[in-house]
Amino acid sequence: MSAPAIDARELTRRFGKFTAVNAITFHVNPGEVFGFLGANGAGKTTAMRMLIGLLVPTSGSATVAGYDITTQGEQVRRRIGYMSQRFSLYEDLTVRENITLYGGIYGVSDRDIAVRTGEILSQIGLEHAGDDLVREIPLGWKQQLAFCVALLHRPQIVFLDEPTGGVDPITRRRFWELIYQAAAQGTSVLVTTHYLDEAEYCNRISIMVDGAIAAMGTPSAVKRELGAASLDEVFLRLTRPGAAA
Amino acid sequence: MSNGSAVEVSGLVRRFGKDIALDRISFNVQPGELYGVIGPDGAGKTTLFRILATLMLPDEGTARVLGRDVVQDLWDLRTRIGYMPGRFSLYPDLSVAENLAFFASLFTTTVEEARETIDPIWVQLEQFSSRRASALSGGMKQKLALCCALVHRPEILFLDEPTTGVDAVSRREFWELLRRLRDDGLPIVVSTPYMDEASLCDRVSLMQAGKLLVTNHPAEIGRSYPLPLFAVGGGNVLGLLGALRRYPHAMAVWPFGEALHYTDSRVGTDPTLIERELRAYIESAGLHEVTIRPIAAGIEDAFMWYMTQERAA
Repeated sequence: MSAPAIDARELTRRFGKFTAVNAITFHVNPGEVFGFLGANGAGKTTAMRMLIGLLVPTSGSATVAGYDITTQGEQVRRRIGYMSQRFSLYEDLTVRENITLYGGIYGVSDRDIAVRTGEILSQIGLEHAGDDLVREIPLGWKQQLAFCVALLHRPQIVFLDEPTGGVDPITRRRFWELIYQAAAQGTSVLVTTHYLDEAEYCNRISIMVDGAIAAMGTPSAVKRELGAASLDEVFLRLTRPGAAA
Repeated sequence: MSNGSAVEVSGLVRRFGKDIALDRISFNVQPGELYGVIGPDGAGKTTLFRILATLMLPDEGTARVLGRDVVQDLWDLRTRIGYMPGRFSLYPDLSVAENLAFFASLFTTTVEEARETIDPIWVQLEQFSSRRASALSGGMKQKLALCCALVHRPEILFLDEPTTGVDAVSRREFWELLRRLRDDGLPIVVSTPYMDEASLCDRVSLMQAGKLLVTNHPAEIGRSYPLPLFAVGGGNVLGLLGALRRYPHAMAVWPFGEALHYTDSRVGTDPTLIERELRAYIESAGLHEVTIRPIAAGIEDAFMWYMTQERAA
């Protein structure tokens, strides 16, 4: 088996006296879709920000694509893609212009940009809207486009922070099919979501509670371990131990 | 109050330039009902709620709330309705207690007078009463906003996406509060993009692109699914998805949590026969250890079905 895409050991981040991420250890395999779950404030975003090099760990270590996040940030950033819930697309540029701009930023050659622009437009069914301003295209398309743009430079790992908020159920599923396709080509995916049915689409999940990983494994293994019928129930038990299921 | 409905909406239309945000919407909400408007971003939910809250004028059609017209009787209505907008609307620099006192004073009442109404929510907020609203968690912010919408003891509540972006457990707690308020007789109209919340409502309308796709009791909406539906699981998801979509009788195939939901186009055919043929087909496609079982449709299956019907129409 090849080296893990992410290998985090005892990764910790404190803000003053508050420990946002408390010694988490986990790994993500190549081509794996890993669901990174937890209640609001559990530490998911802080952990993700450390992994993509936006925040320095207080202690512990992690490698991403084989590079150390603390000492080799530049190498890490070149090999990862990132899509946040507030997409990074430029609303005043056209679909094509956004792809060209991001391709340039990521150092993709002009020829590759031209080829991939065609591929992206046909993959998400936007052939007729390539010259439309991003502002004018529906939310679901923006999300799919933002995902494809995050993959432009063929990163080994893509981080998705609540990528499917607010869209209709068909568009949400189309988005997940894009995720599956990327994973089938070997890209690792780390994704956060509030939709627990989406957690079922992941190869493995972790559930963070108060900065620590409270459960980790395949969705069925996590359910089995806690004797729960659904991930909803798992989530409730872990995050509100006092509450009745 | 004419015919006693809490809300009566008839032929409501609202345009923004060339875009039509509400396309002849009609529905009614009964007294004491917890009514859900379920749909994605851009469906028109917020426009609908703004009109019901007397904050926006419709282009056509009428809306009556508590028997009063939202255009003619707006001043009478404003003190009777509680409205929680989708965007966080409290003062981030004020504390929890200050926000509540401020909203009470806007309605020339006091927090004390509202104590009984807000108490079920206040008990969960009280420990944070001196904390600034900006420092609350997502779930707590929404509970504070609900408190503020209730502080003048309204006769009806309009809540626009109160649980969006809130984690699954906080969402559940929020809905428990709504059901308690409903049990005390308060009619509530609530919008949400989360399909799983539909089952917590007494009745729902599914909304998409300015139209109501269907209105009914949540369980009835699932039962209205017109075609045989199966959960197919196991093995390579992408491979299974592709194979099922190529099956000549496939009507729709979508990932659904741990399984795929497969809709067969053969109405009235014995499900066990379909299951047997489907199994043989999947095996012939080289996919093994696949489970197939007939299932009842849920809200999300129905939503997707009505969406595709609407697009085809």
